[in-house]
Amino acid sequence: MTDAPSEFSAQDYKYGFSTAVEAETFGAGLDEAKIRRISRSRGEPQFLLDFRLKAYAVWRGMQPPEWASLHYPPIDYDGIQFFSQPKKSGDGTPAYASLADVPKEVLETFEKLGIPLDEQKRLSNVAVDAVFDSVSIATTHQQKLHDAGVIFCSFTEAVHSYPALIERWLGSVVPTADNYFAALNSAVFSDGSFVYIPPYTRCPLELSTYFRINNTEAGQFERTLIVCDEGAQVSYLEGCTAPKTSKHQLHAAVVELVAAQDADIKYSTVQNWYAGDPETGEGGVYNFVTKRGACRGARSRISWTQVEAGSAITWKYPSCILQGDDSVGEFYSVALTNGRMQADTGTKMIHLGRNTRSRIIAKGIAADRSQSTYRGLVQVARKAEGARNFTACDSMLVGKRAEARTYPYIDAQRDDAQIEHEASTSRLSEDQLFYLQARGLSEEDAVAAIVTGFCKDVLDELPLEFAAEARKLLTLKLENSVG
Amino acid sequence: MTLAITNLHARVGDEATGKALLNGIDLVVKPGEVHAIMGPNGAGKSTLAKVLAGHDAYAVTAGGATLGGADLLALEPHERVHAGLFVGFQYPVEVPGVVNGEFLRLAYNARAKARNQPEVAAKDWAPKLAEYIRQAEAPEDFAGRGLNAGLSGGQRKRNEILQMVVLDPLVAVLDETDSGLDIDAIKAVARGINAWRRADRSVVLITHFQRLLDLVQPDRVHVLVGGRLVESGGPELSARLEREGYGRWGA
Repeated sequence: MTDAPSEFSAQDYKYGFSTAVEAETFGAGLDEAKIRRISRSRGEPQFLLDFRLKAYAVWRGMQPPEWASLHYPPIDYDGIQFFSQPKKSGDGTPAYASLADVPKEVLETFEKLGIPLDEQKRLSNVAVDAVFDSVSIATTHQQKLHDAGVIFCSFTEAVHSYPALIERWLGSVVPTADNYFAALNSAVFSDGSFVYIPPYTRCPLELSTYFRINNTEAGQFERTLIVCDEGAQVSYLEGCTAPKTSKHQLHAAVVELVAAQDADIKYSTVQNWYAGDPETGEGGVYNFVTKRGACRGARSRISWTQVEAGSAITWKYPSCILQGDDSVGEFYSVALTNGRMQADTGTKMIHLGRNTRSRIIAKGIAADRSQSTYRGLVQVARKAEGARNFTACDSMLVGKRAEARTYPYIDAQRDDAQIEHEASTSRLSEDQLFYLQARGLSEEDAVAAIVTGFCKDVLDELPLEFAAEARKLLTLKLENSVG
Repeated sequence: MTLAITNLHARVGDEATGKALLNGIDLVVKPGEVHAIMGPNGAGKSTLAKVLAGHDAYAVTAGGATLGGADLLALEPHERVHAGLFVGFQYPVEVPGVVNGEFLRLAYNARAKARNQPEVAAKDWAPKLAEYIRQAEAPEDFAGRGLNAGLSGGQRKRNEILQMVVLDPLVAVLDETDSGLDIDAIKAVARGINAWRRADRSVVLITHFQRLLDLVQPDRVHVLVGGRLVESGGPELSARLEREGYGRWGA
């Protein structure tokens, strides 16, 4: 394997363009007045303002976490714009009434990203909520979802149309004081998606939110809340991109999932935020995200699948609280790092109910001078009789300068807990590539075959529409590091 | 299709610190012929195989090789396969998570595409592969096994023969495909090679042992020492090597 710097150049991030849209911001930095202003500008009810202010007070007293295997200079929170939305000619109401109100440049941006929003071109079997900087632009397929009784809308719209649901569930899985970034998000979050699936309803479409950071000075703080009522079922996917910039952009999202009895939530992420300059590490998104699901009811199931292929830094642990008896939590993850990227990602499986089961399949691919860490906690409470966990962590190193680490934490308070942990580290070698090429595969196909093989167990979990996309994304990223 | 190697020189590593491993190889393999290359350890046998396959750890410093008259060395490794060359390796690499049967379909389709022939859909592959497995005398469960991951050294060699049969080359260079095999496996491999042979297909067997050559009769036997073919002869030469070794060439 060569030690020469990889040929990966910043141009290879094809989503790195930025759109010239006049933005409305509230200026950099954060104080109580700004939070009141965010809330007022969005016409929020009192409970939400109180929620924000409380979170802000908590956040001010907290310190950023330092336990992760991540290295970055302190973030200057006074230099970040906490709210940014495309400027519109309208009257200052938060959401766009129709696509006709959305600036043309913004619609073109999504089209360029492969997410056409208008009725003719939209994806046929996926309902999409498109979020541009701090604001939801449009949600497709509203009628079909409405007919099924499914609520899928921007968070802003949900606050106005379903305030009782928001008040009931917001912060119920991730408390504001949970961690530094969750507290910050709770204070300043702007938009995101809200999903409610009524009892015994199978959501007729895949739901998808597409997040785009455009304003290079802005942070993105979205909030996603998915409530799946008794016996209901939903599959949700989020995708993310950002323009190239020499500055770091902060992305601190919170995702909360609630699964009632017999409910089934499948949450998939394909994350491809701009990763920064591969040589200097300049720029790129800081992806500090709190994702947690609560299996509240018996036999409920929450499954996280993530393909993390972007961001300068990823700090993310999608977790499951297995409260209901016989509930199931799953975490399938591929984390690919190259250039100077750093990822510290994994999951927490908290077994509280009886006969709860969890399964963790984590694949880390580290290339160039990147660092990849798996960090996972399996906790079995005293009452969790018959709890079982299976964990498999596999790391693949590309080149000689990448690093991979695995930190599995196990905290079992019962003797009968069954916890299995498997781990392996391998190397994607020139020999493997050569071998496949010597069997007639082009270099591109050879890389794809090796990576797809390595990640098979995780990619198989993605909805079909996105699995091919994810495979392509991984191959493209790695090819530059291998070639 | 004739494989013609002319005055081939190659080294491993860079110019300053690298080491010359091939020092002028001349060899012509015509359609239908079987050639054996024998030689002591470190003579350059595996280097020759890898240079022909296009491994970029080796630099060709002089001479060349043509396949069917076309410049072989100008092609990328996968293009050499599409042109009709197959190199079976001494140590086939394992590729975890890749299923053998699916990989063979990819490889088959890559070659088919390069030849403007129809590719095979996933659903139609199983019966076709079963037929190839039968032809290659490979174990039936090879379709569902990993690509060398979890296979023993001997099984990997048999997998190489299966790959050869699937890829349908006109010239096959088999590097010590017989080492590490028990006697039954050697016989199976030899049957696989013999069943595959045709008037338009040629084989270069790189081997240490007479046993394989008893089963796959070579037309010509060459002795490779110090990166050169120092002697060539008929089948009787390998028997003499078996008795006398390579001492007379200073190896």
